[in-house]
Amino acid sequence: MGKRVAVVGFGQTKGRSSRKDVNGQELINEAVVTALQDAELTIRDIDAIVIGNMDHFEGINYVDTWSVEGAGGVMKPIFKVTTGGTTGTTVAMSAYYHVASGMFDRVLAIGWEKNSESDTTGAIITAFDPVWERPNLGGAVAGLAIEASKYMSNYGVTERDGARVAVRERLHALNNPYAHLHQEWMKGIPVDQLVDLIVGSEQNVMLAYPLRMSDMCPRTDGAAAAVFASEDVAEKIAPIPAWVLSTVNRHNFALAGDVDMDRNTTMAKASKKAFEKAGIKEPLKEIDVCELYLPYSYAGLKWMEDYGFCEYGEGPKLLWDGVTDMDGELPVNPSGGVMSSNAIGATALIRVGEAATQVMGKAGTRQVPKDVNIAFATGFGGCYWADVMILGRRKPA
Amino acid sequence: MEKNEQKKNEQELLTVTSGDMFQPYDWSVGLFGSRFLAELRDNKKIYGIKCPKCGKVYVPPRKICGSCYVAMDEFVPLSDEGEVYVCTIVHFGFVDPETGKQRPVPYGYAFIKLDGADTCLTHFVNSTDPEKFKVGARVKAVFEEKRKGSIADIKHFDIID
Ligand SMILES: [Zn+2]
Repeated sequence: MGKRVAVVGFGQTKGRSSRKDVNGQELINEAVVTALQDAELTIRDIDAIVIGNMDHFEGINYVDTWSVEGAGGVMKPIFKVTTGGTTGTTVAMSAYYHVASGMFDRVLAIGWEKNSESDTTGAIITAFDPVWERPNLGGAVAGLAIEASKYMSNYGVTERDGARVAVRERLHALNNPYAHLHQEWMKGIPVDQLVDLIVGSEQNVMLAYPLRMSDMCPRTDGAAAAVFASEDVAEKIAPIPAWVLSTVNRHNFALAGDVDMDRNTTMAKASKKAFEKAGIKEPLKEIDVCELYLPYSYAGLKWMEDYGFCEYGEGPKLLWDGVTDMDGELPVNPSGGVMSSNAIGATALIRVGEAATQVMGKAGTRQVPKDVNIAFATGFGGCYWADVMILGRRKPA
Repeated sequence: MEKNEQKKNEQELLTVTSGDMFQPYDWSVGLFGSRFLAELRDNKKIYGIKCPKCGKVYVPPRKICGSCYVAMDEFVPLSDEGEVYVCTIVHFGFVDPETGKQRPVPYGYAFIKLDGADTCLTHFVNSTDPEKFKVGARVKAVFEEKRKGSIADIKHFDIID
């Protein structure tokens, strides 16, 4: 067992559809400066840096060297980790491992993306097998629509159920000054009515059947940075460090056509293992808040079942009962989640950072109205693979 | 100071375009991939490969069963008919990185479980009607007249009833 490790600072840029006022390095710098301020550290205190994004999105192949000045990595150990949608959680995991090893005390994890610089779908397709998959794949939207087709067919889930997830995420985003989407018009309208408006809207165009615009995440320019610190220094840096209780990742296949679409098996296996390592027996009762990488609406139903928060097919009930709303038993995505901001390389790190911020009690207007002892963060990407991280207020034994 | 701020806000923000970048590759498909594509090209035959340990039949064929981590070498012929496992109809436009041009939409896209296989081939389905093109629908491969040894030698799948 390595050193105990905590998140002691977090920073992110406000999500926007385009940040033409900065280049990539400058965008990264904004997040790093904010994270250092949050931890009351300077770049000189940082021992190593882990950075990642979807390099094919900006067409920059060696982002670690290309961004070294913006990242604060001049004359420091710096490592690039890029795993697709999970990049943000993987840089967090890597920073955690660096610190847990005992070789570094303070490591900075950085994730960023300028989605505005290329055609997102065209770029995503280049992450898939060139011979077997690229010729017909329709990017992430089509890749998620097919999962929805199976889930809806298996359980008779409806478009209204999907829209209810979108409503939760976008309502929560209204509390988050960093969220890309702020749908002010939704304020004050009852949830049922919002669902009807979304389902009935002609402007809500079909992207890939059955997914419409409201079911998907936006394309965002943004960056995030988190400081991971060892047990030797964490409590000196942060009054309430967010301790990493466990972290797990799982991949299964290389080709999408091999994936079992009945269940999200990597997410199920990774979370089960992480709960076990953190000593969590009843996830719904013991976890206080979730920041889940839910890139589209139906993930907010099906994957909740895979995490073990409810039985198979019960996702819609959990949602409609309000369990996952801000004032529910298990608030999900107080930040507004991925469906409200998706700067892909930063997205999963924002899940970790938001979860840590909840534990630290620093989430301001989006702080959940209860004590946060355990927070659950996830990343999702590629061929249905999963990263999960559990953060807690109590220092692990 | 205020004036400078104002000026800064009004400053035009430029981007520099990459131009018509094109980087051709020659991807190796290996012994098994080559045999699969040659059968498709020469005989309009679709082959899978069977794991000696778990018995799972994979398509397209590859050398290793990831779950068992053992080598495979038993080619098995598959039907050119199968079932739609999951599907969507793509409506939104995007740049096809293979051509640099907009991929024509709408188009049907599915994971197809061919009879005799345990994994799916991902391909086009010649339908954009959600009433007919859905999970569980039966489909049959339509081959190109002139075949070149690529997955595109299957033009698309037709829905059959
Ligand atoms: Zn096997």
